[in-house]
Amino acid sequence: MIAPDWFRGDRLPHIYCTGCGNGTIINCTLAAVEEMGWKRDETVFVSGIGCSSRAPGYILTDSLHTTHGRALAFATGVKMARPEFNVVVFTGDGDLAAIGGNHFIHACRRNVDMTVVCMNNHIYGMTGGQGSPTTPPGAISSTTPYGASEPAFDLAELAVAAGANYVARWTSYHVKELTKAITVGMQTPGLAFIEARTQCPTNYGRHNKLRTVPAMIEHLRSHAILVAKRDRLVAEGEPIPEGAFTVGELVRRNQPAMGVRR
Amino acid sequence: MSRTEFMQGNAACAEGALAAGCRFFGGYPITPSTEIAETMARRLPKAGGVFISMEDEIASIAAVIGAAWTGARAMTATSGPGFSLMMENIGYAAMTETPCVIVNIQRGGPSTGQPTRAAQGDMLQCRFGSHGDYSTIAITPNSVQEMFDLTVKAFDLADRFRVPTFLMSDEIVGHMRERVTIPDAVDIQRPRPLAEGSLPFAAGEDKIPGFAPFGSGRAVHVTGLTHDERGYPDTTDPEAHDKLVRRLVAKVESARRDIADYEIVNPGAETVFVTYGPPSRTVEQVMRDHPDDSIGHLRLRIVWPFPEFALKEFPNAKVFLMPELNMGQVVREVQRHVDQPVVSIPKIGGELHTPAELVRVLEAHR
Repeated sequence: MIAPDWFRGDRLPHIYCTGCGNGTIINCTLAAVEEMGWKRDETVFVSGIGCSSRAPGYILTDSLHTTHGRALAFATGVKMARPEFNVVVFTGDGDLAAIGGNHFIHACRRNVDMTVVCMNNHIYGMTGGQGSPTTPPGAISSTTPYGASEPAFDLAELAVAAGANYVARWTSYHVKELTKAITVGMQTPGLAFIEARTQCPTNYGRHNKLRTVPAMIEHLRSHAILVAKRDRLVAEGEPIPEGAFTVGELVRRNQPAMGVRR
Repeated sequence: MSRTEFMQGNAACAEGALAAGCRFFGGYPITPSTEIAETMARRLPKAGGVFISMEDEIASIAAVIGAAWTGARAMTATSGPGFSLMMENIGYAAMTETPCVIVNIQRGGPSTGQPTRAAQGDMLQCRFGSHGDYSTIAITPNSVQEMFDLTVKAFDLADRFRVPTFLMSDEIVGHMRERVTIPDAVDIQRPRPLAEGSLPFAAGEDKIPGFAPFGSGRAVHVTGLTHDERGYPDTTDPEAHDKLVRRLVAKVESARRDIADYEIVNPGAETVFVTYGPPSRTVEQVMRDHPDDSIGHLRLRIVWPFPEFALKEFPNAKVFLMPELNMGQVVREVQRHVDQPVVSIPKIGGELHTPAELVRVLEAHR
């Protein structure tokens, strides 16, 4: 077990479904916390509403499980009032990109010194699998029974455009890379946004011809292309494979940040 | 020692917050409250505090709650439209027992309504606006001096009872300029710390848990879900919900006498004005113009929790007259506590009742 001292043993069993990828993302985040050597009583986890947002409740630190979409605004208050705290936000695609979209872009713009880990499973999992702003076009969900007809947000590119100092994207398959990215994000002053694409076998996979967890993880692996490879394909005028998404570090910069420990 | 200044109500509110030790303000510009944010933006950084202009009022109250959990005294200020946006997180503050202060400089509504005109139209919203059952505290100043004094008091009550506390002012008092005496220092009362070995949401006889702000080493989990005394979600057990929500309501309602703050003039009167906020100023004028022991005045400085026992302090009352800058909101609360007739004197549009208007009603009911 990674970072056993950081788990609330008395909260088990957790609410996550068999095969859910969220536990992997939590483990990667705590491995990064351990790598950073943070102290538990100087670290605060903040979240909104949804499956992802239950994560702070399993971690043995001060934690704020807030209202739907508003985690970044609450976290801004925590971090600005006490810059010496390490602040980590867990969020999901619905929480961050739909109801919380405005707070997302403004937190990136302010570049508040915190780490935001988004478990993007392309679906509203907790409410039973409705289409979200990251549901891929054509995908089946309980509110897109004929296939999603809206374009999807690219969360990482949105964070880059909005001004976050560090942005990376990996998946629940890329455990080592994801852990490293979260660690680098924690080391970078300013807002670090790490999108972790993950599987929801219960509410996404089984409706979209990805009936097993290995099939979902293989789908994530096989559709991920490194930023460098994407750049090479673009430079060579080659087409980007259909359904592919970039993984890796999208930006690391040193723009002025707020709430940095004095 | 103290100093005397000629000051605007909104500025006095900000000065009161600073004197009370407020060190975090998250806000969004909205008429007629903006001078509070502007004063805090100018003064807080020099006082070692944080001013942040958030992206909307939802984010403003969220940041205030986050800051409050780090142990800072935290405040926001707004008016009707922003107040409506804050409602969900006000419920979150009530459920999580977060001490914080929300100032509402009321204007005419509904919707965008009358940005530059006064109203008292949010008095029921501040009591019932978020979903579910809860109780909070609502304070109603009627002068610039009270904008200072009662802002200080709002922080103390918020801390003591661990509730979001409202300063329900309005455009008239917020923009009024009067003499105000500002003391060099005020006494403040912070929340009782969480005792060693106590659970973070377990309460004793006063029904108020001790407070362990973030960084206390107590690993407190704070959630808006129904939770047990450890703070852990317990969302399906009917008893857990019943126990928690009854305590949240009772910790305020059972302390009504302790929280109550009102003024009584002529307790032997037969005709009694009941007011809060600036309509009390018109009643005071009427009583100066018509010195008469048969006219009484009950002025509430705190409307919620409602001090129904104050109405009994007029044993000879034959009728209660209640001028409000709305269509009749708090008058319903008066009506349900007395047997005598209660006459609502509503006024909307943004101006105070004139003394002549109140005298006409007075003459008609005596």
